[in-house]
Amino acid sequence: MSTDKQLLKKFKVVVVGNGMVGHHFVEEMAQNTDYDITVLSAESRLAYDRVHLSEYFGGKTAEDLAMTTPEHYEELGVNFKTNAKVTAIDKVAKFVSTQSGETYHYDKLVLATGSYPFVPPIPGKDQDHCLVYRTIDDLEDIAASAKVSKVGVVIGGGLLGLEAANAIKQLGLKTHVVEFAPQLMGVQIDGGGGRLLRQKIEDLGVQVHTSKATSVIEKGNTSRYKLCFSDDTELETDLILFSAGIRPYDNLAREFDLAMGERGGIVVNNQCQTSDANIYAIGECALWNNFIFGLVAPGYAMAKVAAKHISGEEGEFTGADMSTKLKLMGVEVGSIGDAHGKTEGSLTYTYENQPEGVYKKIVVSADKKALLGAVLIGDTSEYDTLLQYMLNAIELPESPEGLILPMAADKPTLGVDALPDTATICSCHNVTKGDIIAAIDCGAVDVGQVKSGTKAGSGCGGCAALVKSVADNEFEKRGVEVKKDICEHFAYSRRELFDIISVEKIKTFDELLSAHGRGLGCEICKPVAASVLASVWNDYILKKPHLSLQDTNDTYLGNMQKDGTYSVVPRIAGGEITPDKLIVLGEVAKKYNLYTKITGGARVDLFGARVEQLPPIWKELVDAGFETGHAYGKSLRTVKSCVGSTWCRYGVQDSMTMAIDLEHRYKGLRAPHKIKFGVSGCTRECAEAQGKDIGIIATENGWNLFVGGNGGMKPRHGDLFATDLDDDTLVKYVDRILMFYVQTGDRLQRTSVWMDNLEGGLAYLQDVIMKDSLGINDVLEAQMEAIVGTYQCEWKTTIEDPEALKRFQPFVNSDKGDSNIQFVTEREQIRPARGAEKIAVTLIDTMENEIETADAVAEEA
Amino acid sequence: MTTTIDKLWRTICGSADLVKDSGISALLANEAGNEEQIAIFHLPNSEEKIYAVGNYDPIGKANVLYRGIVGSIDDEPVVASPLYKQHFSLKTGQCLQEEHRIAVYPIRIENEQVQVFY
Ligand SMILES: Cc1cc2nc3c(=O)[nH]c(=O)nc-3n(C[C@H](O)[C@H](O)[C@H](O)COP(=O)(O)OP(=O)(O)OC[C@H]3O[C@@H](n4cnc5c(N)ncnc54)[C@H](O)[C@@H]3O)c2cc1C
Ligand code: SF4
Repeated sequence: MSTDKQLLKKFKVVVVGNGMVGHHFVEEMAQNTDYDITVLSAESRLAYDRVHLSEYFGGKTAEDLAMTTPEHYEELGVNFKTNAKVTAIDKVAKFVSTQSGETYHYDKLVLATGSYPFVPPIPGKDQDHCLVYRTIDDLEDIAASAKVSKVGVVIGGGLLGLEAANAIKQLGLKTHVVEFAPQLMGVQIDGGGGRLLRQKIEDLGVQVHTSKATSVIEKGNTSRYKLCFSDDTELETDLILFSAGIRPYDNLAREFDLAMGERGGIVVNNQCQTSDANIYAIGECALWNNFIFGLVAPGYAMAKVAAKHISGEEGEFTGADMSTKLKLMGVEVGSIGDAHGKTEGSLTYTYENQPEGVYKKIVVSADKKALLGAVLIGDTSEYDTLLQYMLNAIELPESPEGLILPMAADKPTLGVDALPDTATICSCHNVTKGDIIAAIDCGAVDVGQVKSGTKAGSGCGGCAALVKSVADNEFEKRGVEVKKDICEHFAYSRRELFDIISVEKIKTFDELLSAHGRGLGCEICKPVAASVLASVWNDYILKKPHLSLQDTNDTYLGNMQKDGTYSVVPRIAGGEITPDKLIVLGEVAKKYNLYTKITGGARVDLFGARVEQLPPIWKELVDAGFETGHAYGKSLRTVKSCVGSTWCRYGVQDSMTMAIDLEHRYKGLRAPHKIKFGVSGCTRECAEAQGKDIGIIATENGWNLFVGGNGGMKPRHGDLFATDLDDDTLVKYVDRILMFYVQTGDRLQRTSVWMDNLEGGLAYLQDVIMKDSLGINDVLEAQMEAIVGTYQCEWKTTIEDPEALKRFQPFVNSDKGDSNIQFVTEREQIRPARGAEKIAVTLIDTMENEIETADAVAEEA
Repeated sequence: MTTTIDKLWRTICGSADLVKDSGISALLANEAGNEEQIAIFHLPNSEEKIYAVGNYDPIGKANVLYRGIVGSIDDEPVVASPLYKQHFSLKTGQCLQEEHRIAVYPIRIENEQVQVFY
């Protein structure tokens, strides 16, 4: 075998640093197997998502944030070493050496060393509990320090500083922000915006101190430390977090003689080469055109260019847009282009609404034709439109102020038609309008599919509304009517039917059909109507008028299997079961010879019950205290849980009790699709709650709530919805979310797709549920309360009703059973016979058989 | 060796045993010992009001059609297989999506008796 030789001959690329950008480079470069790639990382772990670092405090673990794994790198054939800080470069012999003295030869070297937090030279800065905010290790230190602290100060009121302040506030500390400049976020926003932002942040209980220069950190009187400012004022604190800007990690360039910028940064050209053509620099350590890009998207663009250039392809880095939109402690902030109006001759328009806490400014060119920049505080709804005006140099309308004035009657809306195909719609994933059109060309038929196909909107989510309008516009152009009719019998969506049924107080399908539909109905509209009728009126679903509407699974209260038999799935709330009940399950399964399996939902499924066996089986189960598990319905399935703080060494809350309470609260609730819950007792997440529609993860202070996860064909993690909720608030939010979903979800829409299709996505849902932006929360809660209050076990009701039991007789005119249902034995249990295994029998008399087995059991007992 | 038996209207059940807009199943047994399963549907709002078809789903290969949801597709009364949801015409037995046809049986209600001709 000559692999070793081949490896030796391969062109060697060494990457220093495995941050987000270094990792992106590896992924780009590894597509070409001609190169032997080696990654040297100073950190103890491989690349992780620094942009979402703060979510570490919201319950995400290091694994969740990881962007790759050792296995993945091995698969790509990439060599890597962690804890391997590079300390020297030999440009002539072309090798690098690490702190521990190992050397690595390179043909091309890529520096992706990023940057480090700048800590101002204040005496006392090197003590314990004086921390920074850049790596997972930093966050671990912060969390540890917060446990023994009451007050925290962030030094630096920029974007990152405010994010850090939010984090320590969430950790339960009294929080202060100290800023040297007279305003917050001085880089991105102007004075007016800064004033308003400050007010909003103070309203949230974070104290802001501007124009304060810290001169020394001393031992405190009431707290661990005190900050002494140059104006002779003081501030007591236990924890100090420096966020006073970042500095490029350019020490290697300085020591080994690569060209540097006056104020640091490794100088690169449009191909990202440094002054040594064999050495590239990308990401936050690189200085292009005298500018360092402190965002991840430009870094990714550089990584791509460098990888292309090394493999001999064309490509150029030509700068990047630094506009940002974000939510800081719930305050919307947007900054576009020249936010400070520094361009010669530029003019500004400003709108300020103090009572509502909204500030908006646009900067336009002297001829008022082009948008140069904008600042938005408190309301960023115009961000997308403004950004597109600027990026695509679209000519401004007659009175540009209309773009930001709230009630301007003829508010100019930027038709998405006006955007060129190259317009970036989602900057996180660099998705252009052209990409969205291409996705539709390739068969995407709704916004959800466009999003999942292009990844648009799955980053920060800020572009969700724009993605929707671009896609809808494209669908419309193609004459694809964005049709929501559920079937040929009703020209309405599920949601519209929901409104009709509740507003007009319709109680049966016949009434609905004669008033609003046509024909006889079908297998699509009937179950939808049944589900909506059940949600609105919570009637026993097998009452006569509803009976014919149900899918067979709902009619027979079991899941039909391929041979026409059913599965029997009693509810085992939270997966907790007494030995006695477990024995009952075993006895029933044995008596009726049912195939028995433990499911992923932590309960026991019994398969192979014939229709006529269902009532006696359920009678025994109900008598033993079981109730239906609704495994057949589009309704709550299971609440998966770990044992939590009751048993587990790590648990911080009683996840078991929470899971059982939730399962009993929502059992039987009819929804557009099945609903699954998960509850974990701590962030180790053993119950895999993030893969559920409603995921709940315990924290020291309460519960973190995730919404919209699912397994299945397209697994998805839920989005973090709210943090540190107490029990009551948690249940209240879940009540509202579920009821809102039940009302507005489309047929067979899981919560994830539902949420993605809400205009505004997660943020919109948060507003509806937590801020009551639609003013419907009282109604939602009352509706849920009514449903919870009228729950009944459908099996219990059925076996008590002789009329209903008739349905379970296999033939109206005979007591025989279906001879086509036959089983063979496999691993000591039954399974359906396959075609060739079936024997042509005359009908067996099942009633007799049953009595026989029952007697046999009685004898044994 | 086949014995031919004359077909005639035979009573299956009372009309009270029917379930509105839904199906029941019945066993057709004749003197020659042949047995067939049928599905009987009662659609009072449709033209014929009552239909009988074979109970065997030729696609799902199980005797389940009587448990399907009934309705109409382009005004043709149909049952949707509860297994894989194909539609079968209740008038002709023709499957609307695939090349399959199920048997149809003459059926009537006489003096509150449901009768099938077989
Ligand atoms: C809390 C936070 C929030 C942020 N939010 C956003 C946001 O919303 N949007 C956005 O666009 N950007 C955001 N950023 C910025 C973004 O994370 C950075 O732009 C991006 O991570 C830069 O990637 P990089 O690979 O260049 O540097 P880094 O991710 O810093 O990676 C550099 C790596 O190189 C290692 N290294 C350094 N020197 C050596 C050496 N000599 N030998 C070996 N390894 C070395 C470092 O240890 C580090 O692991 C945020 C940053 C933080 C900290
Ligand atoms: S999530 Fe895992 S580690 Fe945490 S409490 Fe539950 S079982 Fe224990």
